[in-house]
Amino acid sequence: MLSKRIIACLDVRDGKLAKSIKFKDTKDIGDPVEKAEEYYHDGLDELVFYDITASSDKRDIMLDVVESVAEKIFIPFSVGGGIRTVEDASKLLRAGAEKINVNSAAVLRPALIEECAHAIGNQNVVLSMDILKVEANRDIPSGYEVVINGGRTATGIDALIWALQGEMLGAGELVVNSIDADGTRQGYEINLTRMISEAVSIPVIASGGAGLPEHLYEVLTEGKADAALIASMVHYGDYTVSGLKQWLHDKGLKVRLNY
Amino acid sequence: MRVAIVDYDAGNLGSVQRACNEVGLNAFISPDPEEIIKADKVIFPGVGAAHSAVDTLHQRGLFQALQEFYQSGKPMLGICLGSQIVLGYSEEGKKDCLNLIDGVCERFDIADRSYKVPHIGWNEIDIKQPHPMLKQVKSGDEFYFVHSYFTRPAKKEHIFATTEYAKDFCSVLANDNLFATQFHLEKSGRKGLSILSEFVTWEGGSTC
Repeated sequence: MLSKRIIACLDVRDGKLAKSIKFKDTKDIGDPVEKAEEYYHDGLDELVFYDITASSDKRDIMLDVVESVAEKIFIPFSVGGGIRTVEDASKLLRAGAEKINVNSAAVLRPALIEECAHAIGNQNVVLSMDILKVEANRDIPSGYEVVINGGRTATGIDALIWALQGEMLGAGELVVNSIDADGTRQGYEINLTRMISEAVSIPVIASGGAGLPEHLYEVLTEGKADAALIASMVHYGDYTVSGLKQWLHDKGLKVRLNY
Repeated sequence: MRVAIVDYDAGNLGSVQRACNEVGLNAFISPDPEEIIKADKVIFPGVGAAHSAVDTLHQRGLFQALQEFYQSGKPMLGICLGSQIVLGYSEEGKKDCLNLIDGVCERFDIADRSYKVPHIGWNEIDIKQPHPMLKQVKSGDEFYFVHSYFTRPAKKEHIFATTEYAKDFCSVLANDNLFATQFHLEKSGRKGLSILSEFVTWEGGSTC
């Protein structure tokens, strides 16, 4: 039986680990390579790095990070942030990333998903969506809107429609990130996650809001997510990866314990 | 010892090479049929679509080289797409494959929509027969899978482990000097590396 995956998300800025709250006011909290290694040995299933480096001249630092990580950890990891072309994606894959995450650039130019899927395979393309709850209207019937540029810009696109379109264009997995829940530690957006997971036939990774083990359990059962993304709850040492997985196992959820 | 990783533009060969380094296996990546045939051991990895992969193998003269290598009796390790192409035929693109093991490759056709395709993530293996490459792992151990097609060897004697995803499918197949896994050894943490480490000393055959 397939296990539910626990994925740790590391925001990296200028090669350093950062964690944002509601995407504003980020602060550095350590070395991404060290953290990745620590989590790997503690039974993490997968890693995601988001490059939040603002200036493009510092982007190559990320490639160094990816190379160092690839030499030390032997679980899948993906990289997102600033990928606008197939060339950007290929560079990261060559450096050792398993998958790439596209987000804002794919909203602005959906063909990017198709191009990446064609060049590196559907299974290596993850479409990451930042989503805000809004008043349901004619253009956004689900009441969830896609936002871009770190949550700052509304797009007028319905999240459910975008998820289906992303799947059709060739995305292999979806990250459903609730901007409302992100950084609050109050729990994932269960309704949103379930709505999208039931609509698509590719795996859905829930993101934003994890603060307690119960939140992971909730989104992996009620929310129908295939995987749960965690960040601050492990970055600051409140929980360990192995501890969380043991807790989920004890609750009856299938997770990978023997590593 | 010369260990070659077959380069046919199918996926992240660097990951396989790094995993080899980690277990003390010094492997080189090569697209050259001559070098493949001359190698002492061959690793045949791969992600992507079977039909385009088979086309590339033909274009580079690797199709015959791999068949020749297998006939020579030297150890060969297939990973993911590599484990599918060693069979006779793939439904993906309706393609004739290497035919080193009798069987076909089929797509997951699961009516229950809660089973997502591709099958992505960590899943258990159930060992059906002992094999020297599986010495350090046991039934219930989990490995990382990413695939939409699965292998169906014609003979039961070639199935060494199965995995359940809506139904049981073959996740480890072997025949003489060929051993192949549907899961990614190089991305399956310590358990995956422990199988890879057996490849250092494995000389072919399924006798433990």
